[in-house]
Order: sequence, then C-alpha cells, then structure tokens
Amino acid sequence: MPLAHHLYGTALVLAPTGRLDHDNCETFREELAPHLQRSARDGTPIVLDLSGLEYVSSAGLRCFMLAAKQAKAQNSRIVIASMQPVVAEIFQIARFNLVFEAYPKLRDALASLSPAAAAAFDRG
Amino acid sequence: MRVRFWGTRGSIPVALTSADIRDKVALALMRAGGRSFESIGEAYAYAEQHLGFSLSHTFGGHTACVELQTGHDEYFVCDMGSGARPFGAHVLARQSGRPATVNVFMSHVHWDHIMGFPFFGPAYVPGTSIRIHGCHDVLEHAFRLQQAPPCFPVEFSQLAADIEFVRLTPGAAREISGIRVTPEPQMHSGDSYGYRFEAPGKSFVYTTDSEHKLENRAQTERFVRFFHGADLVVFDAMYSLADAISVKADWGHSSNIIGVELCQMARVKHLVLFHHEPAYDDSTIEGVLRETRRFEELTRGTQALQVSAAYDGLEIDV
Repeated sequence: MPLAHHLYGTALVLAPTGRLDHDNCETFREELAPHLQRSARDGTPIVLDLSGLEYVSSAGLRCFMLAAKQAKAQNSRIVIASMQPVVAEIFQIARFNLVFEAYPKLRDALASLSPAAAAAFDRG
Repeated sequence: MRVRFWGTRGSIPVALTSADIRDKVALALMRAGGRSFESIGEAYAYAEQHLGFSLSHTFGGHTACVELQTGHDEYFVCDMGSGARPFGAHVLARQSGRPATVNVFMSHVHWDHIMGFPFFGPAYVPGTSIRIHGCHDVLEHAFRLQQAPPCFPVEFSQLAADIEFVRLTPGAAREISGIRVTPEPQMHSGDSYGYRFEAPGKSFVYTTDSEHKLENRAQTERFVRFFHGADLVVFDAMYSLADAISVKADWGHSSNIIGVELCQMARVKHLVLFHHEPAYDDSTIEGVLRETRRFEELTRGTQALQVSAAYDGLEIDV
C-alpha cells in the first residue's frame, strides 16, 4: 500500500488505500514512521485521509492506535477524515471513535487543525 | 455434548439492583401498552417475542463456571467462580443422594475463578469425588488458602468429598472419562490455560482470561491451531478493542473483535462472548452482541460464524 502524502499549509495529509490488515500493517507502520518523526520535530499535525481505505482489521487499528499514542507523546495531533462507511462502522464497533477525532470531510479535519491548513486546501 | 453456563461475568459477581428491576418492569409495562394476558404462558410468549433479551431477561452476574455435559455420568466443569454454587445445587438435585464424580478444569486460580468452591455443595457430601485439573503448581495451595482462617469458617481439610488435584501438562492431550482434553497456555497475570475438549466429531474450546497481542503472529497462529474447526469457542471478550490495546493493555483480557478474527481464521462454527465486564448492564452487553454480529457480517469470508453472548442459564448443544 503506497502511503500518499500531501502538505496543506502546516498540516500533513496521509492517505492509506486498499486494505490494512495483518499482512501489510508492519509496512504501513514503516511508511508512517518518518512522518511521525517529522511531526515530532516541527509539530506538524497529521490528518489520516481514509477515503481510499476499504477495510481495516484489528492489526491495522493497532497501527492507528500506536501512531496516536506517539503523536500525543510528542505533543502533536492526528485526526481522521473521510472514512468509508464500512471503516467508520469498524471504528465504532472497536470504540476507536472514542480515541480519534474524526471528520466527514478532509477540509473539516484540516480546519480543526488550523485555518491556514484549511485555506491551503481551498487554494487547491 | 451440551454446554451450560452457570457463571459468565468477569472479575467479580454482580447483581441487578432494585432500580434495575424497577426500570425493566416499567419499560415492559410501557411497551405492553395496556395489553392484557389470559395466562402466564401468554405473558411469557409476549416477553420473549416483543421485549428483547435485555429487558425481559438478564445476562446474570455469577463469575466463571461452565459445565460441559458429555453424556457420561461424570460431570465436567470449567472454573469454580460463583456460578459453582448453583451448579452444585444442580448436581445434588440430579444425583438424588447418589455420590457424584466431578471433573473440574481450572483456567487459573484468580479469586473470581475459585470463589464458588467453598459454596459448592457436593464438596460437603461424603462419597463425592472431585478431581481438580490444572497446570498451575499453586492450584491446591490456592484452593486451601481461600478457606483458611480468617477468610472462611470451614477449612478445606474439613470438606467431606474425596478431592484430588490433577496436574496437566500444557499442550499435552489427555483422555479423561471418554473426553480428550488439551490445555493451552494463555497470556494472563500468573498465566492461564484454555482447554479444548473433544469427543468423536465434536469439539469445544473454553478460553477465558486470555490476552492476545496483535503484533505477535506466532501467538496468533498458535491460537488459530488451538481453535481450529471447533464447534464452539467460549471467548474472553471483556473489553472493547480500543481499551484492550491501550488503557487496559496487559490486563490479561481480550475483545469481541479479536474473538471474531481468530474464530474466522480458525473456521470455528460458533463464538460465544464470555467474561462480561462487570460494569456493563444488560443493555450494554446486548449492544456489544449486536455490534459483534455486525462485525462478523462485515468481515465474513466463505463461512459464516454464529455469534452469541453467554448468560447464566444459557445452554448450547454442540
């Protein structure tokens, strides 16, 4: 799963796609690591844009949990945007909706982090 | 085989409060909307069909005690939580004065899993044979300790039954009164053990007080082998996944999500959620069951997995 990324103002958007499960969660963690390091270095908040994620297993959810813990320890933030209905349902059943701030649209997530990020998104 | 649940709650017994009963009755009356019933049978039928389980019943509050009825004269039971008291009353009533032989299989010796034994009636009946199987070297010590002064008025040595402690070897199958029994080590404070019970063409797995580390693939594969093809798996689903891998990590318990995933990988037929969180009321447990069934549906492969939530009094034919 290639981890697409894009910077909007001061916010970094990461967009995993496809399925995230036992088979590829370690690769995902490895791809996520440099972004979390950058976040620790300069305080860049992260949006996980899940619009392209079709399925997440418990192993994938654990990756999200570890990333959230690391971000919190670094005084940074990770928020979620644009979950597909199945993924949103899995988040709710696993009670991950109590762990993450989640927004229906990417712009809403960016706006929650900073007006500059939302403005950068609006500029395209 | 038939599995009967005498105690299904985790950690500590709980009971419905007077306010809980008042609320159930009041809601039931509201739902009935002035309807009248000609007989108690008609009222039962209405409750069963229209009120929902959490309103018309309760999941119960006894701690772990699960009987496996094998068709043999001897009794098989997993753990001696507070559910062992009604189980003991059942044994005494069924035996009608005849001495019983009871095979107990202990997951571990934490208090919620042994607390029913001092109230297990057959232990006080001469001629009764009780064989307590387990893998812990502290098995006998724990049973004796909880009845030692000043904790309990009757010391273990005063019990009239013939009580034997049988040490099992983890991973090694043993034939016990026609049933093949295999203990499996589990991750829990002080260790715990699951049990796989097999009779020709039938298999039942009892796995409680067991944490599963998602990053440990070897452990996952070991449990998939342990569960493989089982007709019924009784699974510790005490926490949500989010709690189990964050604030309650290393507390030694698992979640409904992990239960479904392991059972799907192992091609299990029926998963029973067990060791319910004591803070959960009936409505919450019913909600967890509904969500777990939905998760199974979302993640189903080629084989459907039946999902149930254990309650005190539930019987399942295997």
